[in-house]
Amino acid sequence: MLPNQLRERPVAQAVADFDGDAVTNGKYEGNELTLEIAPAKIVSVCGFLKYDQKFVRLSAVTAVDRYPLEPRFEVVYHVHSVERNERVRLKCRLSGIDPVIESVCSVWRGANWYEREIFDLFGIRFLNHPDLRRILMPDDWEGHPLRKDYPIYGPRV
Amino acid sequence: MSEPSIPGLVAEVEEEQQSPSGGRRMVLNMGPQHPSTHGVLRLFIELDGETVTKCAVDIGYLHTGIEKEFEVKTYQQAVTLTDRVDYLAPLSNNLGYCLAVEKLLGMEIPPQAQWMRVMLTELTRLNSHLVWLGTHALDIGAMSVFLYCFREREEILKIFEMFSGQRMMTSYFRIGGLALEPPRGWHHRVKKFIDRFPSCVDEYENLLTNNRIWIGRTRGIGFISLEDMLDLGVTGPMLRAAGLKIDTRKDQPYTSYEKFDFEVPTRTENDVFARYQVRVEEMRQSTKIVQQALAGMPSGPWKADDPHVVLPDREKMKTQMEALIYHFKIVTEGFRVPEGEVYQVIESPRGELGFYVVSDGTTSPYRVHMRTPSFGNLQATSKMVEGILIADVIASIGSMDFVLGDTDR
Repeated sequence: MLPNQLRERPVAQAVADFDGDAVTNGKYEGNELTLEIAPAKIVSVCGFLKYDQKFVRLSAVTAVDRYPLEPRFEVVYHVHSVERNERVRLKCRLSGIDPVIESVCSVWRGANWYEREIFDLFGIRFLNHPDLRRILMPDDWEGHPLRKDYPIYGPRV
Repeated sequence: MSEPSIPGLVAEVEEEQQSPSGGRRMVLNMGPQHPSTHGVLRLFIELDGETVTKCAVDIGYLHTGIEKEFEVKTYQQAVTLTDRVDYLAPLSNNLGYCLAVEKLLGMEIPPQAQWMRVMLTELTRLNSHLVWLGTHALDIGAMSVFLYCFREREEILKIFEMFSGQRMMTSYFRIGGLALEPPRGWHHRVKKFIDRFPSCVDEYENLLTNNRIWIGRTRGIGFISLEDMLDLGVTGPMLRAAGLKIDTRKDQPYTSYEKFDFEVPTRTENDVFARYQVRVEEMRQSTKIVQQALAGMPSGPWKADDPHVVLPDREKMKTQMEALIYHFKIVTEGFRVPEGEVYQVIESPRGELGFYVVSDGTTSPYRVHMRTPSFGNLQATSKMVEGILIADVIASIGSMDFVLGDTDR
């Protein structure tokens, strides 16, 4: 459900009208709009934002690890509309056990490397990604360095 | 490098060795140690004769885990990490990070610090564009331009050294303002440089703009449509050379950029030459901004008045109990930043630089993601070079102006 104070943000209202079940939560803080999207709906919402709401650019995709909380992972999308001069943050929460989400490469080809980076550093899998393999770490690396349970110091075991 | 490190990738390229015309295709490995990649970038290029039919990009050779390291530094310490991301534009990175944290803290920065930040980031833009112009011309074969560009760059680095004590890893912007009081005589030094600089830009243009070899190597080369660039995440001068007037300094002004009068140069040709023209014009515009900053520099404090975050003056720390306690607390523990998240975007010399900072209310960032312009721009390499001649690959990737430290982080 879209929180009531977001009804006056045109983008938030448009997404809620497009698919009432897609938005699970949201907030507007410091001129930044955040919409929490149900993971199953991310591709359709992104397609709607790009083709209908003119958010032609995907600025970045990243993730946050909330270990040991559950749902553990947040996948964060920053989309940008050049024409409307507006930015929106989309957030999907994923479980810590076999985190997997649909890739948005079919909407923005630029998502390719960002999703590979998340796969590499957080171990989140992206379904229907054209080329899902490590990008920054060596191919034979074990573990995912940006997870909170990955040590910062000490030798590699 | 004989053994390719990406088995899947090479197999994929080799499967199609038989071209429709019946000729054999060749796979060429360029990098990771290739002079024109300015860092360690590896390109696998599949060739049919002299034409590139396929290109795969391999990055990650400079990955140093900076984003992980953010999580164990205090907010103020982490400023030094941002220098090392894009090492040709350290002050732009400092600025992006500081603005993000200041937004979380809800902090007001005094006017002098803001104007000083504008002036120094514009000098950084000059610095970065000079390195780009020099090395790009060197790649294409115009050796002398490199020497001219580095002559002026040296002056800029000396100005940075005067301010911060460091030529490259300046860390001069801190959360709450500047690291040190602007040094005595800075105004004269910057003025002397910036008054001379426009004639230097004329000099570079004399060497290149009407140079027949330069035009032959750059005009009509490296085309990639605007739609493809937007889709692939390209930003900065590349988009402006394709006619899109996009500049975060104008669209979402930060650090009082709205008080400065400057143009956003655009071109429509969308080739290597247009990107060159856009960047040269940006140097002229940055010069204008620095001149305005010099003329109208407000007086007043150079750091915010917030004893919980900003270190007290040395004088006060030595004489007042209160200041001594704050000093001790900030240095040993750092300061707490309220819970929240912020995505701060600035216009770095290379394009859109975004800092996504997540705070959990402690003294170190919970997560920092850097949306670096080089990472986005580099993603378009394959699209740009496929179908062009091998000799133009270097000019094309040079026109993107990426820094591998910025890409790999």
